[in-house]
Amino acid sequence: MGAEPKSFRMRIAPLLAQRGALAGILTPIFAFLVALAINGILLWSIQINPLEAYKAIYQGSLGNTYARVETLVKMAPLLLAGLGILVAFRSSLFNIGAEGQLYVGGIFAAGVALFMGPFPPWIHIPLTVLAGFVGGALWALVPALLRARLKVSETIVTLLMNYIAIELVSYLVNGPWKDPKAVEPYTARFYASATLPIVLTNTRLHTGILIAIAAVVGIYIYLNHTVLGYQLRVVGENPKAAGYGGINIQRTVILSLLISGGLAGLAGTGEVAGIWHRLMMDISPGYGYTAIVIALLGRLDPLGTLVSSFLFAVLVVGADSMQRTVGAPAAAVLIVQALVVLGVLAGDYLMRRS
Amino acid sequence: MELSSIMEQEARLTGQDGIVEMRGIVKRFGDLIANDHVDLEIRPGEVLGLLGENGAGKTTLMRVLYGIYSLDGGEIRVNGQPVDIRSPADAIELGIGMIHQKFLVVPTMTVAENVVLGAEPTNGALLDRGFAERQVQELASRYGILVNPKAKVGRVSLGEQQCTEILKALYRKADLLILDEPTTVLTPRQMDELFDTLRKMAADGGKVVIITHKLPEVLAVTDRVVVLRDGKVVGSYKTQETNERELAIAMVGRELRPVISVAKNVRGTVLKMEGISARNDEGTLSLKSVSMEARAGEILGVGGIGGNGQRELVEVIAGLRPTESGRIMIRDRELRGADPRRVRAMGVCYVPADRHGMGTVGPLSVAENLILQRHAEAPFSRRMFLRHSQIRAFAEGLVASYDIHCQGVDAQTRTLSGGNLQRLVLARELSGEPDLILAEYPTRGLDIAATEYVHQVLQAQRDRGAAVVTVLSDLDELLQLSDRVVIMYEGHIMGELSQEEFDIERIGLMMAGIAESKAEVRI
Repeated sequence: MGAEPKSFRMRIAPLLAQRGALAGILTPIFAFLVALAINGILLWSIQINPLEAYKAIYQGSLGNTYARVETLVKMAPLLLAGLGILVAFRSSLFNIGAEGQLYVGGIFAAGVALFMGPFPPWIHIPLTVLAGFVGGALWALVPALLRARLKVSETIVTLLMNYIAIELVSYLVNGPWKDPKAVEPYTARFYASATLPIVLTNTRLHTGILIAIAAVVGIYIYLNHTVLGYQLRVVGENPKAAGYGGINIQRTVILSLLISGGLAGLAGTGEVAGIWHRLMMDISPGYGYTAIVIALLGRLDPLGTLVSSFLFAVLVVGADSMQRTVGAPAAAVLIVQALVVLGVLAGDYLMRRS
Repeated sequence: MELSSIMEQEARLTGQDGIVEMRGIVKRFGDLIANDHVDLEIRPGEVLGLLGENGAGKTTLMRVLYGIYSLDGGEIRVNGQPVDIRSPADAIELGIGMIHQKFLVVPTMTVAENVVLGAEPTNGALLDRGFAERQVQELASRYGILVNPKAKVGRVSLGEQQCTEILKALYRKADLLILDEPTTVLTPRQMDELFDTLRKMAADGGKVVIITHKLPEVLAVTDRVVVLRDGKVVGSYKTQETNERELAIAMVGRELRPVISVAKNVRGTVLKMEGISARNDEGTLSLKSVSMEARAGEILGVGGIGGNGQRELVEVIAGLRPTESGRIMIRDRELRGADPRRVRAMGVCYVPADRHGMGTVGPLSVAENLILQRHAEAPFSRRMFLRHSQIRAFAEGLVASYDIHCQGVDAQTRTLSGGNLQRLVLARELSGEPDLILAEYPTRGLDIAATEYVHQVLQAQRDRGAAVVTVLSDLDELLQLSDRVVIMYEGHIMGELSQEEFDIERIGLMMAGIAESKAEVRI
């Protein structure tokens, strides 16, 4: 193991220290409340009533059906990408390429949804989703192989490949895949048989959120109840013990990054096949990066990540409403996000002290 | 003891120019007394050898002098004046330099840059690189040190890195140089060069202390030798007036304690190694054509000062380290390639020295740790899914039969005490009734009760008919527990003694590098 992943493990060690389902759920909520309190003082200092501001966030994100749908729509990619990050981090791989894997997942899904078919939906939809997963996984395969075979830092490779992925989408939608009938840079509409069904009629709440919740269950089972998940945890916590125990470390590293990338790819699939029904630029406003914070906030636990992705979706969706209603700067929400992370770290510190 | 009275006589020569005296030095680590009223005098013009086993207190004493450890008693005098050394900076100020076993160099900088680091010559605001290189070259030639000041430290040999460290000390005007086991990383030729340098320093009126456990070195380079044992000075000798036998006895000398129990039923060979060579993590050859055998029904103790190839020996057998040459047979099957799973399938188990770093996975539960190597086998998993009920039942059985104190099998392993952690590792490793048990420093860091427990378990395994190979650094323990011992020195097996032949003098000589038959000097 190189110096980099080891120091990384040391950095996230406190976050891993107090794992467990209950701590996984309670800590992000606790940190969230503390962050809101501190941010309230900041808002107060610029003559904004924090209670009104938070009420606006609540109204904007959970106050009515439309708001709740928007929150769930935003939550889907955050949760899927967050789970991807979780899998990588649990095996001590610093995958910060969820953003790129999300985009490439979108490309692959678009490829199937645009150029294959039409098939009956019960074939076309699973095929599109599968393609999205494979796309993200393939994008992660490059850093995985470099890491496993040549010990190249996956951190740098995954980060840099984000830019390539985004440019790749830009190239496709401006060039070969551009909708000839449109002025804007995007592809033609997908086959209707390939788009994700709507869960709630007359809204844009698509099945992505169901896929994400199924993924929570799947990852929980994978980590805790399968042989490969066990190996992933041993490799992540103590690679020396893994080698001593006869676990194939290279295979575990590769598999972990493939699953990680695949989940991010599903996040991208949801955006293109669930919301826009075409491939376009800017399908993600940085979900892949926010997902890192979400996974850490969820203490690298699937249930914790479920909770923290919900909280972040509330913040993101509520931010607009807060700005409109009480004139609070949208940056206040970014401050809350940062304070939440600090709150988790502080909570860990206190728990270790006690 | 008359040896120490000679030393005291010599110690009367105080107040001379440049003499560094340590008087009544006491250093404790918790309950352990690492230095117990140690008197030591370091004189100009002399290379002083500090000789002793692992844990004798040599390095601790010198770290006290260098300001790394604070004193718990006693005083240090320079030129007869008491001094207060609270940090290495204070020590450097007094002209004391120390070369540690691990070098503190910046690999991306040149030799010259490393040497002047922190005390750089400048022209205006910038480092005067040319001047620094000339200065370093001059210093190096004065003491016959062969280095290229312009070479990047990361690209030069460990010997040249050591030279860089020495130059660093000399550049800071050190006239007392302490070297901690300096020859470990050196080739014979580099060692000769180092010794020449040290003698030049002494001839110049400098003071040199070399910490070592190797008798050939002591005899080759020192003027005087002080032997430490269990934190106390047990003798001080003029090198010219002593011999390796006397020094070996001083170093290891003790009453033989009675053996705990005797092997009753030694049977056929389980492990046979023929001409095994292997490299350590740094790439140096640290097992040199080792041949040995372990038999069913006996405990083979592997002794020697730590770091002489013991670790590589067990790792090679455990399939964790590739061999360069030679052949390992388990029963009548050859072990090819490093593959811990296959080795285990051949009936070999391994209790590693590093219980925390290798033997267990701290954040995982006791139950999960108990199936580390067998998690993919029935009954612990089926069709790629873990069977937690089977795992728990198995774990609960082992926790009960090995009396592992823990808050249930779901408790995180990191919450276990050292003794219970070792019980867990033993329980897991021995649960498959292995034919060959490799136990590397199995009692290190354990209290008396836990140590006895480990001894009992290993003896029970022997009596069951397993071959036990255990690496031990404590000589008393080695001779009490083993039915037969081999002593390692610099990657060789220096000799082998069965229980009837145990002889402290012979073992002491072997541990210090004097070969069995012809007292051949191996450096």
